[in-house]
Amino acid sequence: MNAPRLKPGVRLHYDRVRDRQVLLAPERVVALDETAYAILSRVDGVTPLSAIAEGLAEAYEADAGEIAADAAALISDLAAKGYVSP
Amino acid sequence: MTDLAPVGLLAELTHRCPLACPYCSNPLELTRAADEMDAADWARVFHEAAALGVLQLHLSGGEPASRRDLEEIVAAARDAGLYSNLITSGIGLTEARLAALVSAGLDHVQLSVQDTDAEGSDRIGNYRGFARKMDAARWTRTLGLPLTLNAPVHRANVQHVRAFIDMALAMDAGRIEIAHVQYYGWALTNRAALLPTRAQLDDTIAVVEAARAELRGRLVIDFVLPDYYAEAPKPCMGGWGREIIVIAPDGSAMPCHAARSIPGMTFETVRARPLADIWRESAAFNAYRGTAWMKAPCQGCPQAETDWGGCRCQALALAGDAAAADPVCSLSPRHGAVAALAAAEAEAAPPPYRYRRFS
Repeated sequence: MNAPRLKPGVRLHYDRVRDRQVLLAPERVVALDETAYAILSRVDGVTPLSAIAEGLAEAYEADAGEIAADAAALISDLAAKGYVSP
Repeated sequence: MTDLAPVGLLAELTHRCPLACPYCSNPLELTRAADEMDAADWARVFHEAAALGVLQLHLSGGEPASRRDLEEIVAAARDAGLYSNLITSGIGLTEARLAALVSAGLDHVQLSVQDTDAEGSDRIGNYRGFARKMDAARWTRTLGLPLTLNAPVHRANVQHVRAFIDMALAMDAGRIEIAHVQYYGWALTNRAALLPTRAQLDDTIAVVEAARAELRGRLVIDFVLPDYYAEAPKPCMGGWGREIIVIAPDGSAMPCHAARSIPGMTFETVRARPLADIWRESAAFNAYRGTAWMKAPCQGCPQAETDWGGCRCQALALAGDAAAADPVCSLSPRHGAVAALAAAEAEAAPPPYRYRRFS
């Protein structure tokens, strides 16, 4: 399975004025909810998406299947928008 | 007072530029080099902007690479935590200089190309620069920087939209901005030479829609329409004094880059007053903020907080009143006249360009 990574010029940033995590990209600011941030903060181009989901399920004591589905949907959406290589 | 927080800062570092594009967004009265703020001024402003909520910084001009201290300015942007976007013609960049900008923390390059071949591009910019633009694109990508191709579209190149998209793919750009020229400043002066016909506009829309479907996930395509043919106005700058601050080379802080065209409007400078005070309290930023200033048909319109009445500079240019509804809106009493004017100008033979010049 491929390891997702942020595309060049895309990075996570803590928006201190609005107290939120965002994704900064060319001409774009994407506000991230807690789940999206938790997933993206583990996206490093090395860790496969399945391992990211497993790690999160463990850390948050959440349902592994549900997290895996959320993570796959998020990465696919962000890939279509050009922020992530899946 | 406002509790709004701006997201973007457009820093016009200089009005100097080797190109002379007839649609330049700079004002007709250009600022001279001697009046430009220095890198230390900009560094202070970047920190003030970040504290105010700005996330995205657009380093623009003129040509920002005309400044010898651009590397220092980019480093200051990174130090302030801003996402830095270099908006450049490519002229004045070398591979070594781009590498230095990468080291300084530059996030993204937006390269403008005036047409899809050298002859057309150099004629529109009135400068032999096409080959160097292609070099700048290549160096940007070999250095690992993300690239946006900026394609300003008007009557002379409106049939080349697909060729621009192919150019972006060949350059390995992640994004292309196909922007129909907006009619302010130099573009307003040259409107009769630049405005495309309605049929030409429709062709570009079809080309972009097809390319978006084909290239989803591979190339982000942003598309700016010429609003003379629109039925509803654009929320210009995301609304006056809501999202964006423009700072001119001399430090004047403005709600939009064309705001100097509005008579009686004075702009405070970040050399004299903190940016936060100017943003929250200055007469210029409060002049058309919110909805209280609106007249009919904007006042009470269900779209008032969506389009914010459209563009103030366009209302001034086309209706003679900066507080009027933007006449591109179908509810404006001037709407029919604008549509007729656009149709007549676009069908007539184009006059020669009046190229951008220091007066």
